[in-house]
Amino acid sequence: MISPLTSVPVFHLGPAPITEAVVVTWAIMAILVVGGIAITRRLSLVPSRTQAAFELVVDTVDSQIRDTMQVEPAPYRAFIGTLFVFIFLANWSTLIPGVQPPTAHLETDAALALLVFLAVIWFGIRAGGVGGYLATFASPSPIMIPLNFIESVTRSFSLLVRLFGNVMSGVFMIGIVLSLAGLLVPIPLMALDLLTGAVQAYIFAILAMVFIAGAISDGKPNPTTPNIRTAP
Amino acid sequence: MNWLALVSIISAAIAVSFGAIGPALAEGRAVAAAMDAIARQPESAATISRTLFVGLAMIETMAIYCLVIALLLLFANPLLK
Repeated sequence: MISPLTSVPVFHLGPAPITEAVVVTWAIMAILVVGGIAITRRLSLVPSRTQAAFELVVDTVDSQIRDTMQVEPAPYRAFIGTLFVFIFLANWSTLIPGVQPPTAHLETDAALALLVFLAVIWFGIRAGGVGGYLATFASPSPIMIPLNFIESVTRSFSLLVRLFGNVMSGVFMIGIVLSLAGLLVPIPLMALDLLTGAVQAYIFAILAMVFIAGAISDGKPNPTTPNIRTAP
Repeated sequence: MNWLALVSIISAAIAVSFGAIGPALAEGRAVAAAMDAIARQPESAATISRTLFVGLAMIETMAIYCLVIALLLLFANPLLK
């Protein structure tokens, strides 16, 4: 059985090996970019059906950001929305026969978790300056500084392992059942896998919001800020 | 098959089985508490279920960690190379 922890290169682009996950990621990126351009090319105040449907998506992302972070969503909409849509499409790309979701490989998830790690620093510095961002590490009391430093690394790691583990275990389980039983047996498992994929995309976006909200609001006393602390 | 491979397989099974017990109990408690809260205050169901989803993902991660450890033991065991 092929190990789920390794990835096999499909072809080589110069010295860089290109795996199947990278090709699928490129395809999803192309779909997102072309789709985004095509939809926003002719925007009108009286929306067509397609425009109304996609406005609903943007509106949902906005309201989630407003509920979770208690801030105006405009600066965070692009990052959070792209994260959610990309992971959602990546998890559901398993619907196409022969395609493995790129999030079932460690590298894609590591890249996404690294993006969140850098975005927390970026938004934190933009909200409170370098001093204000560093002050969030001493937020309840200065004794917590080493723990907060460790937490900021370990929570990115747990973000990576959570997405990888959930998506990979679904793919792995379907592979095992497919090798044991016949054609139609894994269909309920695939349906469960789609549900898990959607929930994990949502969870990833929510956790990115919670981390960013922690970095931008720890300095200011704000009684309405949700105080969701996360385990490492 | 040497005894190292045997021990790896058995400990992978132990890791998954014991790693499933704790999160299962914890998720049951969390969902029960959320149901209770929604029954008392149906108007705050949206907030409760959002927090519940995030919490369930946190709890579930513990089981996923055990699964990853088991897969490491089975597929990427450094001692078996």
